[in-house]
Amino acid sequence: MIAIIDYGVGNLFSLSSSLEAIGKETIITGDAYIIRNADQIILPGVGAFGDAAAKLKDSGLDKIIIEEVKKGKPLMGICLGMQLLFDEGYEYGCHKGLGLIPGKVISMKGVVPEDYKIPHIGWNSLLFPAGREKSPLFKYINDGDCVYFVHSFFASECNESTIASAEYGALLTAAVSKDNIYGCQFHPEKSGAVGLSILKAFSEL
Amino acid sequence: MITKRIIPCLDVKDGRVVKGVNFKGLADVSSPVALGKYYSDHGADELVFYDITASSEGRALFTDILTEVARTIFIPLTVGGGINTLDDFDRVLKCGADKVSVNSGAIKNPSLIFEAAKKYGDQCVVLSVDAKRVDGHYCVFAKGGRENTGMDAIEWIKKGISMGAGEIVLNSIDTDGVKNGFDLEMLKAVCDISSVPVIASGGAGCKEDFVTLFKTLPKVDAGLAASIFHFGEVEISDLKQTLKSEGIIVR
Repeated sequence: MIAIIDYGVGNLFSLSSSLEAIGKETIITGDAYIIRNADQIILPGVGAFGDAAAKLKDSGLDKIIIEEVKKGKPLMGICLGMQLLFDEGYEYGCHKGLGLIPGKVISMKGVVPEDYKIPHIGWNSLLFPAGREKSPLFKYINDGDCVYFVHSFFASECNESTIASAEYGALLTAAVSKDNIYGCQFHPEKSGAVGLSILKAFSEL
Repeated sequence: MITKRIIPCLDVKDGRVVKGVNFKGLADVSSPVALGKYYSDHGADELVFYDITASSEGRALFTDILTEVARTIFIPLTVGGGINTLDDFDRVLKCGADKVSVNSGAIKNPSLIFEAAKKYGDQCVVLSVDAKRVDGHYCVFAKGGRENTGMDAIEWIKKGISMGAGEIVLNSIDTDGVKNGFDLEMLKAVCDISSVPVIASGGAGCKEDFVTLFKTLPKVDAGLAASIFHFGEVEISDLKQTLKSEGIIVR
């Protein structure tokens, strides 16, 4: 069973429906016992970094996630959930993340050219880094496949963990992994067949 | 590279899609759920659901159907029609909508845009504008294009963006239903002042109209249409192929 972490951030309906569509059992939960007994964990999230990080901390869920990950349980962060995996985020001030992947989350402003609209919304193609083995998360998809993005901040200083980027006037981190930890800046649950294939690959880890 | 989006729009009344639809291999052509899934499986980049139900009973039915559609499709879903309050936003977002489109409700109460953007984020608020030429000006029409508000469309869109609208749908009443192409002139005027994505609506009659749209106005992000997709006059997968062969980046 896949535990989708419920910490009061965002709408989890689409995510659980998409996992159901590929035949996976899910539970939306903030319960430590259930999270400990799940096979995989998904950390979703929309909204602002600081607010979400505070909610994770206040609920004590941050410690449980870190404990489970250290035991080797697969974890995937989606959108803001992916950003929270990093050391720190610079959205309205500087906030500490979970520190599971080295790097920091910064604004696209000043990074993408001025005539590029922020947020980066829409379908963009995934570019796998050259000379690196394809991530198991992408075993059912190909370089160049399109996924759906909605974000204004992105993870930087994380070259080592980057498993896909997207071109938007600059190269933006689209997905990362380190050991049993995965993160997608885009929304696999909104990315059609490609997105479902990514969720399927994760559920098989 | 970010792709241009193709968006079919479904008008839903009493739980059924209005404007007859005609698809081979689709048993129930007026079921929003079946049609939504058809489009989602056949290359649509996003779906717009428009609630044209008048009664409150109809509204409850729409909410049920919306939930079912959101459960079935795995592409972004925008919902519009009768959105007047933050509660309306809440209601459709809880059903699984990703974005909410406001039109007459925002004309009556412009602060709705600001309040909704503050609560749900700019990306969630789509300002839909029905505009028509009157005495050489682009005027905003309300109530499904029946009532001239006297407001200048360009000024209204500027105001909407400054209040937090994350996307603009421009529906030209002048070209709507004529099937002779999008209103390039009106769209250009909007693109020139818009810092957020612009979705062109009204006038598409064939694949070439989309080619012309994206070639003439590279700043337009998406093309929206209803009946030409419903009647199978344009197949989305076929349209995507044509756009690709013309060098326009699509999914």
